[in-house]
Amino acid sequence: MAVEKMSIAKALNESLRLALDSDPKVLIMGEDVGKLGGVFRITDGLQKDFGEERVIDTPLAESGIVGTAIGLALRGYRPVVEIQFDGFVFPAYDQIVTQLAKMHARALGKVKLPVVVRIPYGGGIGAVEHHSESPEALFAHVAGLKVVSPSNASDAYWMMQQAVQSDDPVIFFEPKRRYWDKGEVDTEAIPGPLHRAVTVREGSDLTLVAYGPMVKVCLEAAEAAQEEGKSIEVLDLRSMSPIDFDAIQASAEKTGRVVVVHEAPVFYGSGAEIAARITERCFYHLEAPVLRVGGYHVPYPPARLEDEYLPGLDRVLDAVDRSLAY
Amino acid sequence: MTVESTAAARKPRRASKRTSAAKKPQSAEPQLVQLLTPEGERVEHPDYSIDLSADELRGLYRDMVLTRRFDAEATALQRQGELGLWASLLGQEAAQIGSGRALRDDDYVFPTYREHGVAWCRGVDPTNLLGMFRGVNHGGWDPNSNNFHLYTIVIGSQTLHATGYAMGVAKDGADSAVIAYFGDGASSQGDVAESFTFSAVYNAPVVFFCQNNQWAISEPTERQTRVPLYQRAQGFGFPGVRVDGNDVLACLAVTRSALERARRGEGPTLVEAFTYRMGAHTTSDDPTKYRADEERAAWEAKDPILRLRAYLEKEKFADDAFFTALDAESETLGKRVREAVRAMPDPDPMALFEHGYADGNSLVDEERAQFAAYQASFVDSAEEGK
Repeated sequence: MAVEKMSIAKALNESLRLALDSDPKVLIMGEDVGKLGGVFRITDGLQKDFGEERVIDTPLAESGIVGTAIGLALRGYRPVVEIQFDGFVFPAYDQIVTQLAKMHARALGKVKLPVVVRIPYGGGIGAVEHHSESPEALFAHVAGLKVVSPSNASDAYWMMQQAVQSDDPVIFFEPKRRYWDKGEVDTEAIPGPLHRAVTVREGSDLTLVAYGPMVKVCLEAAEAAQEEGKSIEVLDLRSMSPIDFDAIQASAEKTGRVVVVHEAPVFYGSGAEIAARITERCFYHLEAPVLRVGGYHVPYPPARLEDEYLPGLDRVLDAVDRSLAY
Repeated sequence: MTVESTAAARKPRRASKRTSAAKKPQSAEPQLVQLLTPEGERVEHPDYSIDLSADELRGLYRDMVLTRRFDAEATALQRQGELGLWASLLGQEAAQIGSGRALRDDDYVFPTYREHGVAWCRGVDPTNLLGMFRGVNHGGWDPNSNNFHLYTIVIGSQTLHATGYAMGVAKDGADSAVIAYFGDGASSQGDVAESFTFSAVYNAPVVFFCQNNQWAISEPTERQTRVPLYQRAQGFGFPGVRVDGNDVLACLAVTRSALERARRGEGPTLVEAFTYRMGAHTTSDDPTKYRADEERAAWEAKDPILRLRAYLEKEKFADDAFFTALDAESETLGKRVREAVRAMPDPDPMALFEHGYADGNSLVDEERAQFAAYQASFVDSAEEGK
């Protein structure tokens, strides 16, 4: 066992290093990923060790980054591209949705697009506009893409390995406000499947479903609820496309109550999809409607308002109370 | 590589000092690289020479005639309801065959949806192109069998794929080249500008082959640009050249030169093939709404096939037997395509769920099972009806 304590940022860096080391076809591309190591230093030191041909500083053009990554993938490479911030992905949205997602099907399976698009996402860091968004539903809605987000260092390490090895395009959302949270990583572990949810806390009264940065909030909420004698289960979804509905269903059938929590706006969010599917799958097991806690249907607010916008401990507990009141 | 035509366009024009250059598009049309005049006269160009055998010349002629015949058959098949849509290449045969025959087998092509002549040069069976226009698939050929990527419908996207592919070629240390096709309309797309930037800064071995066919559906080239398109390259730091797109010899020579430049590691080139879309944008379009018959008539006099035929006949490079045999071959091709399209089966309904993902997907699996059960629910009633 090689267990190390490291931050999510470090786990991602180590995982990318391993990917570059184990497959000469793996490339890293993006703005400032070279000498600087990216604005969050996730690729720190990689260009120094693997050279400019493999860790590529690109022109400042997101569509160009993803479009050329597609061409490189068609040539047999496995590009891992970095989009600097969530709100900057939209110039590349066309290439991702109309080309990257559809090309494998368009070619009747004859070409593969093993491209990973890394996106630091979410709020809570007091940033200016376009630096705090959670656009995962906009990608999960698109067939042909896989969408994942780790919540801890171990998952960051192993899910990145699995994303790079995937022959499908993976949109890899990194919870930027958790980059510096530390956790244990077993670099010799055998990881579970990429798209499987994990129960991170057992409980019997209600299930909180979350992913990425909200898992920590939900664990804290479960802890607080425990003091009031409520037993809350927390499910870390890890994958927003596909979603491990079997795991949610199993938990829902056990607890009878489900609350989905994400930073993204509730309207048309992944919580809506989960609520609909869980209602269909286990209607007669539910003691309450599936509730959702998330962002409002407004543009992401200025930093001094984001604490009101983002689901925090109290809003999660409020939803827990509302669910238990049924 | 020449900048001769660029220099010609930069010659100072006689204009009022008070007329701002930005106020009016440049009216002086630059010279085209031409090796065969519309009358079929062979002319020389200081930067581009070509020396083809009679056999090779007949080959180019055959390619153009068969491509046009195939294209006409596809248009007819659309009119007969066999295809949902067709995008005709009528008038652009020289640009496509000239550039297509400049390629080596190990070069890679990123086409638009109108590159039927290039597909022909790459050995993609014409009937394969028709699957997507019939609606049985989105592109039925294996891109890697002929190094000919799938048709790309969203305008300009493929120029970035070509650039990335070329970056990969360079990384591999290969000496092959990549060619990206696009049109005058696409020249306005951000992706095309980004592909110019990326290919220039990485010195990627890619040729940008722009068929300026004068029309982006109903919008003339003047709605896309205030300078001749080939001049765009200069601002990105690589050469651009305008070639007579209806002259198959010039298109071949200029593309060859640009490909060789790419192979030598000297980076991208923009080739603007100045041509004309003789037909509608697609079978759904009605050009009488936006352009005059006289314009088409003027371009008819520059027809790419007629001028090569005039040259072949004048120089006695081809005799009547050749032309007669080619007519017969054309009709055989038309018949083969017609029969192949009519025999093309609709895909199996379960094909809906194939190829969405390379590694599989649990949601697709679930939906496939639901759909199969739903389909199966009709079996009993169908059996009863017998």
